Amino acid sequence: MTSPRAGAWRSRRNTALGVLLTTLMLFPVYWMLNVSLTPQQDMRKTPPDLLPLHPTFEGYRAVLDDQMPYLGTSLLIGLGTVALTLVLAAPAGFALAKLRPRGGGPLGLLLLVAQMIPGIVMAMGFYGIFLDLGLLNSWWGLIIADSTIAVPFGVMIFTAFMSGIPGELISAARIDGAGTFRTFWSVVLPVSRNAVVTVSLFSFLWSWSDFVFANTLDGGGDLRPITLGIYKYIGNNNQEWNAIMATAVVASIPAAVLLVLAQRYVAAGVTAGAVKD
Amino acid sequence: MTLARVDRRQRRSPARPGAAGLDDRKGLPALRRRQGRRSRLTALAFVAPLLAYLTAFYVYPLYRNLDLSLRDYTVRSFVAGDAPFSGLDNFRTVLDDPTFGPAMRHTMVFTLVSIVFQYAAGLALAVFFNRHFRLAPTLRALFLIPWLLPLIVSASTWSWMLNSESGVVNYALHLAGVAPVDWLTSPHWALTSVIIANIWIGIPFNLVILYSGLQNIPGELYEAASLDGASAWQQFRHITFPLLRPVSAITLLLGLVYTLKVFDLIWIMTKGGPGGASSTLATWSYQLGFGTLLPKFGPGAAVGNILILIALAFGLLYIRVQRRQEA
Repeated sequence: MTSPRAGAWRSRRNTALGVLLTTLMLFPVYWMLNVSLTPQQDMRKTPPDLLPLHPTFEGYRAVLDDQMPYLGTSLLIGLGTVALTLVLAAPAGFALAKLRPRGGGPLGLLLLVAQMIPGIVMAMGFYGIFLDLGLLNSWWGLIIADSTIAVPFGVMIFTAFMSGIPGELISAARIDGAGTFRTFWSVVLPVSRNAVVTVSLFSFLWSWSDFVFANTLDGGGDLRPITLGIYKYIGNNNQEWNAIMATAVVASIPAAVLLVLAQRYVAAGVTAGAVKD
Repeated sequence: MTLARVDRRQRRSPARPGAAGLDDRKGLPALRRRQGRRSRLTALAFVAPLLAYLTAFYVYPLYRNLDLSLRDYTVRSFVAGDAPFSGLDNFRTVLDDPTFGPAMRHTMVFTLVSIVFQYAAGLALAVFFNRHFRLAPTLRALFLIPWLLPLIVSASTWSWMLNSESGVVNYALHLAGVAPVDWLTSPHWALTSVIIANIWIGIPFNLVILYSGLQNIPGELYEAASLDGASAWQQFRHITFPLLRPVSAITLLLGLVYTLKVFDLIWIMTKGGPGGASSTLATWSYQLGFGTLLPKFGPGAAVGNILILIALAFGLLYIRVQRRQEA
């Protein structure tokens, strides 16, 4: 058996190693921050400045000047995708978990397979459809396309979560005279808060991060998302890397907020079901 | 790299087709039967929006894509919608194209090398974080960051880090006494570069899943092993690794399906170049359909459908493995 002192020493050594590994892993993120603060004339200096000793905010000024509309569009599309995903996935998850519709088994399999379809293939199919319907370059067309990433996932999360709600809770609501819809709305949905948060987080993050659909379906629209804002910066053969990286930093804010506010939901979403619990 | 997965709990409860019908067969009162029919209708009402949605926005786009790949489209007939049916011509064109072989090979190398390294690093980190030292939960959470960042953010950051003249990676090589490498502009290195970035993005996913798999290995096993004098490596080899095998299989198969379809990262970093040196089926399909002034929608869709076939083959294997574990 190890003595308490040896144990404490080992724990400290592990912590030191853990900090070192995390620093290595997050170096690209640090580098993005560092470059976003580097003055343009120092950008191609050798050796590069490892610390932002002479920070400049010209990159962030460029974000304010150029990228605000893109950020607003991304926010709009993100929230729209969350709303659409919840409206479709929560009732379907409830039905699959508690109402046992016919064909529920094949439907679950279909949702699983749907998530394996490559985005570019969907984008190509959508392109033809949107061209016919005149939906190309519209922000709400993009909401529809982005929601396809999140809806199957959302249904699965809701189904899993709502399966765990005790049947007595639902029977009690029934005995009190609530119909199925009322039971769903006033009993099931409020206790499914965690599932609602998880699904909302992921659908927002995925649509905020989407590049494939944005680039194929909204390449020339008036309202384009931030991923295209960055892509345009790079594509213009723009050498102002501090502006590009400053935009990247701003585009990462939702991810950072999610991690701080909702870390346990994030981990829950990643592992949802892949592992037996 | 969408990260949605199956829920295993799901299978226990939903969808026991015929469960409602059982009542009828047992000849229960008519009232019960009527209620059964009503509840089936209610259930249908709850899933109907989803079914309509899946038909309109999954099945129909996939049908359109299949249709694209079976017709001889030009830009004009794409808009007019009167392209002649051409059977499997597009698939033949694609298979005979000199780009096909390399794109297929790059897809396989990209996918296999990525998942092997992601898995190895994820497993090592999961075992490490399972030691429960101070700060471990916080550090583990920070490891999620690369996976949460928008791909365009990661891809452009790596592009600048791997820049030939001013990139910090070449500077680090210089400090180590190694000559600079043209990471993104040399045909020898482009594929390696995108693989490195992709491994970085995929480690968190592997770490999280494998870590939660480790939580299900009973601690007493390790206690017993260490009483018997087993070293840390022996414990890993004879306890951790074998007991983690089901979770490992699922992690690797999911990783495979999701890595096959990676497009953004490669497109943003290299556009599949230089000279097709890092083009995969995904980037080639996009290149054909959208990357040129004269789009070849038919062949592009054909490549996309080949990619779907490969992804589904592994996807069904994944579902089988998962169901077998469930049983």
